[in-house]
Amino acid sequence: MLHPTPILKETPSQTAGPYVHIGMTPNFAELRGVYDDPGATMLSEDTKGERIAIVGRVIDGAGAPVADAVIEIWQADAQGSFAGPAARHSNSAPSFTGWGRQAADGDGVFSFQTIKPGAVEGPDGRPQAPHVSLWIVARGINIGLQTRLYFADEAAANEGDYVLNKIMDKRRRQTLIARREEGPVPRYVLDIHLQGEKETVFFDF
Amino acid sequence: MSAIILPGADGSLYQRDMAWHPPAHTPGYKSTTFRAPRHSMLSLGPTKSELSGPTFGHETLGALDNDLIRNFSQDGTEAIGQRLVVYGQVLDENARAVPNTLVEFWQANAGGRYRHKKEGYLAALDPNFGGFGRAITDENGFYSFRTVKPGAYPWPNGGNDWRPAHIHFSVFGHAFAQRLITQMYFEGDPMIWQCPIVGTVPDKAGIEQLIARLDRHNTTPMDALAYRFDIVLRGRRSTMFENRLEGN
Ligand SMILES: [Fe+2]
Repeated sequence: MLHPTPILKETPSQTAGPYVHIGMTPNFAELRGVYDDPGATMLSEDTKGERIAIVGRVIDGAGAPVADAVIEIWQADAQGSFAGPAARHSNSAPSFTGWGRQAADGDGVFSFQTIKPGAVEGPDGRPQAPHVSLWIVARGINIGLQTRLYFADEAAANEGDYVLNKIMDKRRRQTLIARREEGPVPRYVLDIHLQGEKETVFFDF
Repeated sequence: MSAIILPGADGSLYQRDMAWHPPAHTPGYKSTTFRAPRHSMLSLGPTKSELSGPTFGHETLGALDNDLIRNFSQDGTEAIGQRLVVYGQVLDENARAVPNTLVEFWQANAGGRYRHKKEGYLAALDPNFGGFGRAITDENGFYSFRTVKPGAYPWPNGGNDWRPAHIHFSVFGHAFAQRLITQMYFEGDPMIWQCPIVGTVPDKAGIEQLIARLDRHNTTPMDALAYRFDIVLRGRRSTMFENRLEGN
């Protein structure tokens, strides 16, 4: 099949800068009364699936917290389906949005309340291991960093995962696998290392 | 099946031309020193997870969400500064409009001061200016908002670096892999060519893409100047074949 070549160039990325919280999480930045922070809530009462928290820290190459980061996640629902476009002029929100956005706090810590996703089909036609897509921006990051979070208690699925298996250095696969901590709401913990020995694997998808 | 596919909702995307974007580590912009990943990104085609993305059509925007002159007003007073309409079209690399997508923007006030607790620049805050807003593109991919022209400001990088007047933009598209953050500059500003952050973009033609054009035709008479800033997101590869692919 022919592939047409693009006729326009993508607009170049620029850093989100140190004040990205103003524009993307204004209430977190104490700018209240205009609108709610988009992506603050992913769940509704009707959301099906296991409630979990995803928590972590964003850390730079000197070991310092990245306090001015914004982290977005995008994931499938418990059945492995993504929230589709809403019908035109619909006022009803989906029971699970699949998309969340959180600011990193002064310690670089972020936290999402979500559900554990189901498996999504991979390019090879086999199910990918359950995962959450992450996108990270901050001062000093020239283009948004794409990575993924996988679940430590899905070892068998992780073993066969299309994307994880593309990471040639097996030790680096561990940078994407969140450990599970039990509690009233189980927590999956994953730190994002921008640089250094534990540097997270980032993707150009 | 529907014959209309939203860009990025199905099919694959053109690979990102990473040489067109700033590299991760740009020594002239010192904040990248400890924040730039040292491994190169792992290039993979997008999977279903990256070809899908959040939609915002169901959210009702407030009437003032795209009016930075009034959306943070404490007492009905409008923001101080040179009044502007900033508008443009969100397109994909195939030059097709990207409708119904969320565009967010934030900026300093007319004096070059951000309303942020960590901001220490001595320029005065404007009590009636918050400096952020959002819009959803219409069926032809257009967004617009009212604001005041942001001031240039000094920042700690080199000894005496100044940011040119700029507005930060965040755009979604319809696939998570189209997600983009960038900055818009103003036509004719000599500060653009002295800025280390602008300078992270390797190609002069890439920088030109970040410069909004003064648009006399869309000026609001006796009120506001207009600047046009079009934004291009990654496009789908299978454009020419979509109806057949999807329809038969
Ligand atoms: Fe800025």
